Amino acid sequence: MAPVYLDHAATTPLAAEVAEAMAPWLAPGAVGNASSLHAAGRRARAAVEDARDQVAAALGVTPLEVLFTSGGTEADNQAVKGLAWAHGPGAHVVTTAIEHHAVLEAAEWLRDHQGVGLTVVGVDRNGMVDPDEVLAAVGEDTAVVSVMAANNEVGTIQPLEVIGPALAERGVALHVDAVQAFGKIPLDLGAWQPTALALSAHKFNGPTGVGVLVLRRDAQPHPVLHGGAQERGVRSGTLNVAGIVGLGAAAARAVAVREEVMPRLAGLRDRLALALIALPDVAVNGHPTARLPHNLHIAVGGVDGEALLLALDRSGIHASTGSACQSGAAQRSHVLDAMGAREDAGHLRLTLGEEHGAADVDRVTEVLTATIGRLRGAGRAA
Amino acid sequence: MGQVLVAMSGGVDSSMAAALLVEQGHDVTGVHLKMADTPSGLPGKGCCTLDDARDARRVADVLGIPFYVWDFAEAFTERVVEDFVATYADGRTPNPCVRCNERVKYAALLDRALTAGFDLLATGHHVRLRTDADGTVRLLRPVDDGKDQTYVLYMASQAQLRRSAFPAGEHPKAELRARAAELGLVTASKPDSHDICFIPDGDTATFLGDRIGRRPGPIVDGDGTELGQHDGVHAFTVGQRRGLGLSGMGAPRFVTRIDGDTVVVGTREALEVAALTADGLRWTGGGSPAGEGLTAQVRYHGRAHPVALSVEGDVMQVRFTADRPAGVAPGQAVVVYRGEECLGGGTIAATVPATQPA
Repeated sequence: MAPVYLDHAATTPLAAEVAEAMAPWLAPGAVGNASSLHAAGRRARAAVEDARDQVAAALGVTPLEVLFTSGGTEADNQAVKGLAWAHGPGAHVVTTAIEHHAVLEAAEWLRDHQGVGLTVVGVDRNGMVDPDEVLAAVGEDTAVVSVMAANNEVGTIQPLEVIGPALAERGVALHVDAVQAFGKIPLDLGAWQPTALALSAHKFNGPTGVGVLVLRRDAQPHPVLHGGAQERGVRSGTLNVAGIVGLGAAAARAVAVREEVMPRLAGLRDRLALALIALPDVAVNGHPTARLPHNLHIAVGGVDGEALLLALDRSGIHASTGSACQSGAAQRSHVLDAMGAREDAGHLRLTLGEEHGAADVDRVTEVLTATIGRLRGAGRAA
Repeated sequence: MGQVLVAMSGGVDSSMAAALLVEQGHDVTGVHLKMADTPSGLPGKGCCTLDDARDARRVADVLGIPFYVWDFAEAFTERVVEDFVATYADGRTPNPCVRCNERVKYAALLDRALTAGFDLLATGHHVRLRTDADGTVRLLRPVDDGKDQTYVLYMASQAQLRRSAFPAGEHPKAELRARAAELGLVTASKPDSHDICFIPDGDTATFLGDRIGRRPGPIVDGDGTELGQHDGVHAFTVGQRRGLGLSGMGAPRFVTRIDGDTVVVGTREALEVAALTADGLRWTGGGSPAGEGLTAQVRYHGRAHPVALSVEGDVMQVRFTADRPAGVAPGQAVVVYRGEECLGGGTIAATVPATQPA
C-alpha cells in the first residue's frame, strides 16, 4: 500500500506548478546573477522581483519589505539577533517557551554570549501564551518581542491580535515566526503590525533552502551576514534565483488554495481525532479550537513514543514525535515540557496535506488502533 | 526469523551482522544507540560519536534498511558510567562492557525492541548460538577465537538468548572485513575498538581523577610495612606494576590487593591466585553448572583455566585445579565454560592468593 505522509509540519511535497516555475532556472546553461547589470543579470533580477511581488501580495505588505533568506532559521536569527544588536548595550529580549529552536537558541545565545537580558514567558496547558504575561515582561530596553503565529508541534495559534497592537502602541518591535502558520491560516499583518516576520518555502509546497524575512521599512537590524549588501544591506549573498522563483510561486499558490484546502483538512483532522480519542487513554495535545487546521497531536498513555513512531513507519505511515538531535535521535520536546504534558505517554504529531482524503484518514485510524493495542500488549524480555 | 532489529554501532562487525541478516532474507531494521550527551550533539569527547552514528546510517543506506537512532544516554550514564566510577572508587576494577550488555543492551534496548514488535535483537558480538532439540539455546565461542566476546555476554538468560542473533560470530573477522569491502560499506576498514568507549582518549586515570578527586592513602607490602603514598585507589588495578612510584626497591612490585584506601603490593609470585569467590551469579541455562571439565576465564581476552566450582545461593567458590591465573581483579567477571560453551558466571568478590605473603 502507498505510504501516508503525515509529516507536513516537517516539510511538504513540492507542488507541480512550483517545480515548473523553477525549471528554467535549473536547466543546463541557466545563468544570471540578479545583482549583475547586464541583460543576463537583469533577467534574473526580474524573476526575483516577480517573486518578491508575489510574496508581498500574499502577505499584504510592500515588495520592499520582503527580504529573501536561506530559510526560516536564518530569518528568525536575523530578526532576533539583528534587532537586539541594533538596540545596543543593555538590550532585552522577550520570547516564549514554545518557540522554535531558531528563536529560542538565538535568544539564549544572546543572553549567554552577548550580555543581552532575556525573559522567556511560559504557556498554559493548551500551549498558549497569556498576552498579559508577554506585555508585563516588556521593559524600556526591550529590543524585540518574538512570538510565533502558531506552534510547530502542537499547532496552537497564539493571540497575536492582542499582543501585536499592544506592542505597537508602546513602540516595541514584534517578530513573528510564521513558518508554520503561513498558508494554513490568514495572517493579519495589518492588526499585528510586526516589525519582522519569518517564512520558509518548504513548509508550503515550495523548495527547501529559501525563506523570507518580512522587515518593516523603518527597521534596520544589524546584519548577521556581511558582504555585498544585497536585500537592503540586511542579507548579503548572491540571490538564489531558482529557489526564490519557487518560493514566489508557492506563496501565491498557498494563498490561492487556502480557503478551499484548509477547511477540508480540518474536517479530515477532526474525523481522525474523534476516532483516536475513542481509544482508551488517548487524548489530544494542544488547544481544542485555536489550532492549525492540518495539525493533530495526541498523547497515547502507556506507550513509548519512539516505538510507536517506528511501528507506524513500518506500516507505511510517516508521523513525528517532535524534533531530532544531530545524530538523529528523537529528543524530549521543550514544547510538551512547557505545557506540562504527560511524561508517561507517547506523543505523536500527525500533520495532513492537500493530497489526503477520507480513505487515508481511515487507514491511519485502523493502523494506529491496531498498533497501539499491540504495543500496549507487548511483553517484556525476561 | 521474523522481524530483526540490529544494534549498529558504526563498526564493521555490527555492519556485517546487518548485511548477513539482509542476505539471509530477513526483515531487518537498524538502530544506533546514542550513549553520550555531547553539547548540542557536536563531535567531541564521548562515546558513539556523530561519526559512528553517520557510519551506521550510511551502511543502512547501502543495505536499504530502515534506520533509527535511539537515545540511551541517560540509561548508559546512570547504569554503566556511574557504576564504573563507583566501582573504581571502591578499589575494584569494573567491566563496563559487561554492565552495558546487562543493563542497557539486554535490558532497555531489548525491551524496547520487543515492545516495538521485533522478534529478535541482533548485535555484532563475536559469539555463536546453537539450539538443542528441546529448545535450549547454548552460547558458544565464535569462529574467530581472537575476537571472542562470550566473556561480556555471560549474563544472558535463556529468555534473552532466545530473542538474540549474533551473525558475526559465525565468520572470521578477516572474512567479515573482506565482505564489507565488497559490499562497499564505509566501515570495512575501521579499526577495532579496544578502549573504553566513553573514555576515547584512553586516559582512564584522568577520567576517574576528575570524578573521584584526590583520596590519598598508604602503599604497603605484604607485612603491612608502609612503602609510600598514593593519590587514590582508583588509579590502581590488581596486577598493575607501573605508577606505584616504588622504583629502586629490588624485585619488581605489583599491586596484589586493594583494601579500603590501602594499596598492597608484592612480588610477581604473590599475584598468583589459587581460588576466588564471586557473586551476582547468572547462568545461561538457568541452573548452576556441575561436574567435570569446567574452565573459567577471569579477564576479557584471557585464558580459560581448569576449575572446580561450588555454588551456594548467590555465591560461588572457584578453585583453580591446574595452572593458576595471576593478577585477578575483584570487580571483573569470572566466566565459566565447558569446552566452547559459555555457561555463565559472576562478579569476582575476593581472591585467595596461592602463596601467603612472607
